[in-house]
Amino acid sequence: MPANRFNGFTEYGVGIGLRIPHYRHILSRKPVVDWFEIISENYMVDGGRPLEVLDQILEQYNVVQHGVSMYFGSASAPDPEHLKRLKRLVKRTKTPWLSDHLCWGSVDGRYTHDLLPMPYTWEAVKVTAERIRHVQDFLEIPVVVENVSSYAEYHVSEMTEWEFLNEVVERADCGILLDVNNIYVSSQNHSFDPFTYVNAVPADRIAQIHIAGHSKFEKYILDTHDHPVLEPVWQLYARTIERAGPTATLLEWDDNIPSFEDVHAEALKANQFLHAAAKPAAPEFAEVAK
Amino acid sequence: MSGLLELQRRVAAAVMHPLTRQETMPRRRKDGASNQSEADAIIKPNDRLSSFERLEIYNRQYWFRLYSCFEEDFPGLMAIVGRKKFDALMRAYLTEIPSTSFSLRNLGSQLEHWLREHVEFIEARTELALDMVRIEWAHIEAFDSAAEPLLDPDDLASVNEDSHLHLQPYLRLLKLHYPVDDLIIEVRSESGSSDSSSNNASVARKRRTVHRVAQLEPEDIHLAVHRHDNAVYYKQLGREDYQLLSALIAGESIGTAIDSAFEGSALPEDERVPFLQTAFQTWASLGWFIK
Repeated sequence: MPANRFNGFTEYGVGIGLRIPHYRHILSRKPVVDWFEIISENYMVDGGRPLEVLDQILEQYNVVQHGVSMYFGSASAPDPEHLKRLKRLVKRTKTPWLSDHLCWGSVDGRYTHDLLPMPYTWEAVKVTAERIRHVQDFLEIPVVVENVSSYAEYHVSEMTEWEFLNEVVERADCGILLDVNNIYVSSQNHSFDPFTYVNAVPADRIAQIHIAGHSKFEKYILDTHDHPVLEPVWQLYARTIERAGPTATLLEWDDNIPSFEDVHAEALKANQFLHAAAKPAAPEFAEVAK
Repeated sequence: MSGLLELQRRVAAAVMHPLTRQETMPRRRKDGASNQSEADAIIKPNDRLSSFERLEIYNRQYWFRLYSCFEEDFPGLMAIVGRKKFDALMRAYLTEIPSTSFSLRNLGSQLEHWLREHVEFIEARTELALDMVRIEWAHIEAFDSAAEPLLDPDDLASVNEDSHLHLQPYLRLLKLHYPVDDLIIEVRSESGSSDSSSNNASVARKRRTVHRVAQLEPEDIHLAVHRHDNAVYYKQLGREDYQLLSALIAGESIGTAIDSAFEGSALPEDERVPFLQTAFQTWASLGWFIK
């Protein structure tokens, strides 16, 4: 959906993640970029270079916040200090929507700093949806949740991952950040058809899409964000755009980061799919006559 | 207890448990519990990986992420104690003091306190290692702590001995037993410039640092770790500067702070007024005084 209530009715195009090795290039050359995604936690500080660079970026570019440690699925209550700092940053960036992961990562006040997979149970649906609603109410902006890549599944799960995602977003009434690379990685690790997942997601809730590269090992695939996007992931992206329409798209590249130009060029490959989807269908003869 | 909470506690216990020396998940935990049985009970196997192997991916990821962050924050400590001892203390610290913050930035916040209770990890160079940890943590804090609006020059000109001056939240004062400021600058510049294409040069630089550490003689220094144009700097202070600034940070009035600065000072009486004028001008020009 080009613009919907889950992405603040924006029509953002193709963005890339704002990363430290590119700071100098961006600030000095001011390249044309549709938007940047920032990792919220990197800027939830009180001062210094991170915030100064962010303010300079905000003067010239659209910025969207993406978090890595809200842990919507953790059974323990969220840290009030985390929420307070996040809200302060939301006011600074004026992000039209905010994303974080459909996962857990902390328990009893201890943080793993990882995106651990959820058990797909009805209890987890209830807890997670309540948490998302709470965060959304507190932040007063649309919150969207991202599917994670995973390497393990639990015996206690009562549904598939996409059924779990659908139940959570319906109950929380929130949007989806669909990471098609994560779907591909998990599909290979858990032996399911990734197109079944993409086709099952409610297209009208997709606020944003992530694309990225991954690494293949002998017995599993790891979500490493250190390669160009691979063909099977582009195919899932194309199918998602076919269902959802042109949607804000973000390339993640977090390790072995190449030059700004190379990362941006890789991201812009998404435009061929977006432009195709945006092209209006040939008008019927009768309409032309009118 | 909810099923979700119980499951997350069990998975976290496995994920956060220390790895073996070979960086693999241990078959049995320190308390005797079997990781094999826990993995089998919680995680489904697939046609390529056992339950244990799938859980192990997360166990290894957890530790590798923490190692990487800790090494990045404390390269000076590693230069002092050496790779082997550093690895041992890093594993012990991170096992005893797991992260309780949403940000990895705070991972080393308890390190100095913890090392004072575990001096066995730094016993060959205890004071030197503690000084290094203090400056490395002060660096982290100075880098991204708040900067408040500066005090107007007119306001500064009108202060008297009963006035109170406030200092930038990012300013950290350290009293050290070794001149670790030069050493950490050298270590950081080396780690920043090393690359895999120049192995011989890297080895030469490593030897130089080891030599520098071995040669470093004790010397009491006072240091301000501060920020200017978003870069962190180390400024050596005189004893009087340090005592004066410490008293101001503690909330003392200017008069009391000055008394504290000159307590036991060898500075001749006739040099004290010029000293104070220079000190206040310097600190004001560095932007340390705030509204």
